[in-house]
Parts: sequence; structure tokens; C-alpha cells
Amino acid sequence: MASSTLAGLDALDTQEAAPRDRRRLAASAWAGLWPKLAAVALVLLAWELVHLTGWKKFVLPGPGVTLSNLWQQAQASLLWHAIATTLERAVIGFALAVLIGALVGATVSRIRPLRAAVGSLITGLQTMPSIAWFPFAIILFGINTTAILFVIVLGAAPSIANGLITGVDYTPPLLLKAGTLMGLRRLSLYRHLIMPASLPAFVAGLKQGWAFAWRSLMAGELLVIIANQPSLGVLLSTDQDQADMASVVAIMIVILVIGLCVDNVFGMADRAIRRRWGLMAGSDAA
Amino acid sequence: MTTAVTEAPAAVTLSGVSKVYGRGGTAVRALDQVSLAAAPGEFTCLIGASGCGKSTLLSLVAGLDQPTSGEIKVGGRVALMFQEPALFPWLSAAANIELALRARGVGRAERKSRAAELLDVVHLSGFGGKRPHELSGGMRQRVALARALAQEADVLLMDEPFGALDAMTRDLLHDELDRVCAGRNLTVLFVTHNVREAVRLGDRVVLLSSRPGRVIAEYPVPIQRPRRIDATAVAELAGTITDRLREEVSRHGK
Ligand SMILES: Nc1ncnc2c1ncn2[C@@H]1O[C@H](COP(=O)(O)OP(=O)(O)O)[C@@H](O)[C@H]1O
Ligand SMILES: [Mg+2]
Repeated sequence: MASSTLAGLDALDTQEAAPRDRRRLAASAWAGLWPKLAAVALVLLAWELVHLTGWKKFVLPGPGVTLSNLWQQAQASLLWHAIATTLERAVIGFALAVLIGALVGATVSRIRPLRAAVGSLITGLQTMPSIAWFPFAIILFGINTTAILFVIVLGAAPSIANGLITGVDYTPPLLLKAGTLMGLRRLSLYRHLIMPASLPAFVAGLKQGWAFAWRSLMAGELLVIIANQPSLGVLLSTDQDQADMASVVAIMIVILVIGLCVDNVFGMADRAIRRRWGLMAGSDAA
Repeated sequence: MTTAVTEAPAAVTLSGVSKVYGRGGTAVRALDQVSLAAAPGEFTCLIGASGCGKSTLLSLVAGLDQPTSGEIKVGGRVALMFQEPALFPWLSAAANIELALRARGVGRAERKSRAAELLDVVHLSGFGGKRPHELSGGMRQRVALARALAQEADVLLMDEPFGALDAMTRDLLHDELDRVCAGRNLTVLFVTHNVREAVRLGDRVVLLSSRPGRVIAEYPVPIQRPRRIDATAVAELAGTITDRLREEVSRHGK
């Protein structure tokens, strides 16, 4: 009898969530999309209004001219070539930053005495604007990709290391007790408890690290102009030399869109983790 | 043939255990000279006002912390259940149990089937694939119990494990716990501040004083199982213990 009462309670307690059908999925996608579309529309509108007032009308093109410039550039291979170069640097630089940041973070979080010293070092590095590193990097490595990658890593790795350290620090003490009593020790404690528990903070660190990496990369491409290697930065500075404002703004739009897309990927990863763990606001919290 | 009365070695022995947190003027004496022995297979309930050192006592027995003085002997492996289930939120119910098996070195193939068996023991067969947040509080606590059983502990420590549950779920879990303990020869130290719960479950109820915690009375529970929490015999003994507990608590008001 008791076990059937229990089964009844269990059934009552775990009402299946209404299945997410296609229409609800579409509705939630739309709910996420429309504010962004509205923001774009607002910007275009304001821009067009400024254009209509005739302010700086000889140098400041309207949205129509700019977007058709972008469209034309998209037909030619130069822009795509530049995007490829820039993205390649972004991927390599960010990957190096993740590797180094994670290694430093993992080491520092394990070794207590290192902690205080390296902790303040990391904070110090984060407050240093990465563009200030370029003279140093250029003298050290010359005008080449290595100098750019060096600054990307310096810009992004501290955030990533910090994310990991924070995650390890905030592993819930109750779970640590449970894990220790279960017999998880040293490496297995790390692998099965501390690493997964610090995943959300680590992803937040990645997201912040990416923002720093992207900024550093753009600064680098404007300062470290490498001949015969078209990149988004090179295109921008060529346009600047030729006072081609429509093209400058078109490239800026490309830079913005790439940055937003990658940022969104991290946002999605963050939400996926929260959903998996039951941390989403609005879902059953009890 | 001679019938020798062989005293079985106690599963848990505390002799003169004291625990002081901090030092100097702000030191808190949580436990003072606590002596207690639990025989193998015995279900001991510890009861006392909040802040009297019950959780401290369990974490000392679990080896999570060291006593300031005195000695603790534990015969066998220890598992601890908290008021919160403390399940790993990134793992499914089954995977939580499997991890406990893995920590003990159980092979991969056996882990799956053992976890399924344990889920069945706590009547959660269909729920192995659910994550903790998809289960109710009572179900999570049963997964935590299954995980504790997976540790094949000889001594099960329970720190107000049903304190956050509604009365109906709690009563059903009492039945579950009775059933799980029967035939496993588990030694249980069960902490609660609910006197009826203590009488419902325990072979013995130990009453602790408040600040510092000290054993002030012990009550054997000579009530036949199966018991019901609303049975007259349970209520009567609970009344006696409650009176003694009130007396102890009011001592602090003077
Ligand atoms: N880690 C700690 N540091 C300092 N004081 C503590 C610590 N843990 C418990 N205490 C103190 O010890 C006393 C007993 O606590 P606890 O064992 O949690 O009591 P109970 O579980 O009976 O409510 C309380 O006064 C509490 O404030
Ligand atoms: Mg407590």
C-alpha cells in the first residue's frame, strides 16, 4: 500500500511539462528576435534622420549607400579573404588564450600559496588596456601575426583563468562534502565534481575572454599592418586613407556582426547549461 | 555446550568527545564530553534543540572534522545524508548513484545494473534518466538514500534528512527507511528535532542538551515494528521526551 501511495505522489510531483510544439518554439524564437530587429530598425532610422538633416553630408553617407556598398563588397572576394584572415587569427589567438588561461587557472586554484600572488597579477593584467601592449609586442616579435596573437592571449587569458578560479572557489561546500564522503579524492574529485561544478563560471570567463580577444585583435590589425595580408583591420585603414566612409561603416558592420554572433554562441552555451542544471528562471525552482 | 555472552563490538563509539569551534573569546563549545555507543544494526535517533551540536557530531563521526578532544571509533564505512539531497545537478539520478559506485571501484558494466537495482529499492525505477531538478524534494531525498546505499556503508548518518518534506511524504519515507534498513544490518545515527519522528524510527532516542551539547537522557523505544507515527504508544513516549526536552530548553531562558 505504502509503495503505491508513494508512486501516486511521484506521479503527481512530476507532471510532464507540456511538450514544446513547433508553434511554441517559433513563438519563443520570435520573442528573442524581435527586440534585436527593433534595435536595428531604430539605429537605421536615427541614422537616416541624421543623414536627412544634411549634417556632414559630404562625408557621412546614409544607410542606403552604406548597405549597398556592403552588398557590393560581399560580391567580391577581397572582403571574404579579409574575413577569413581575421577569423583565423581570432580562432588561433582565442584557442591559445583558452589553453593558457585554463592551465594557469587550474594550477593556481590548486596551489594555495600561488593563489594570492597570481590572483592579483591576473586582476592587474585585466585592468591593462591591451592596446598598450602593442609597442612592446612589436619590438619583441616585429610587425607580424605573432605580435597580434601575443596581445590577444594577454587580453583574453586572464578572464578565462579568472572564470575557472571563480568556478573552483564556488563549488558548493555541501557537494564537496558529499563527494569526499563518497570517496572521490584528488584527481577524481576534480574530474567528477570540481570541473563540472565550475563549468558555468568557466563559460562566463570564456565569454568575457572572447570580448577582450576580439577587441585586441581589431586594435592589432589597425596597428600591425602586414603587407599582402588583407584583414578587416587592413581594409579599415585603407578606407581611412582613402576617406571612403561608406566602406568604413560597412566593414564596421561586419566586425559588429561577427562579434555578436560569437557572443551569442557563448550565451547559448550558458543557457544550455542552466537548463540542464535546472537553474533557468521560470522553470521549476523548488 | 556453553552459551557465552559475546559482546558484539560497537559500530560507533564516542568517548568523551568535545568540539570547540574557534579559539579565545569567540570560541564556541559545540559538544562537551559526549559519550555514546551504537551497536551494529542499531537505529539511534539523536534529538536536541537547534544549535546543540547534532550536525557537528555527525560530521565528526563522518571524519569531515576532528574532535578537539576525546576519541571516536567507527567500525566500517560511513555514508552521510544531509537535509538537502546534495545530488550533483549535472548528472541524472542514475548517474549520481553510478558515480558513488565508481568511486568505490565498481566496474562500468556492473555500475549500470547496480544503480538500477538501487533505484528500484527506493521505488524510483522509472526515474533514472531524470535530473535532480526534475524530481520532487522527496524523490531527490530517495535518490540521495540510494546513493548512500551505493557506498555500501556499514554506518549511515542522517542529518535531518526529511526535515524539508511535507508530512505525507515524510511518513511514507519513514516506511521506506524501515524497509531499507531491515535486513541490511545498517547502523544508523539519525538526527532530528522532531520527537515523534525519532520515536517512530529509533530503537533508541538520545537526548542532547543545548550549548554545549551533552547527552542528558536516553530512551529505549520498546515499540513493535511496523510502527505508525500517529500510534498511541509513539505519541506517549514522544510526550515524555518532549517534556524533558522543554525542561532542558527552558533552562536557557532563566
Ligand atoms: N564551522 C563552524 N564554525 C563555528 N561554529 C560552528 C561551526 N559549525 C557549527 N558551529 C556552532 O556550533 C554549534 C552547533 O552547531 P550544529 O552542530 O550545526 O548544531 P545543530 O545541528 O544541532 O543545529 C552552533 O552554535 C553553531 O553556531
Ligand atoms: Mg544541524
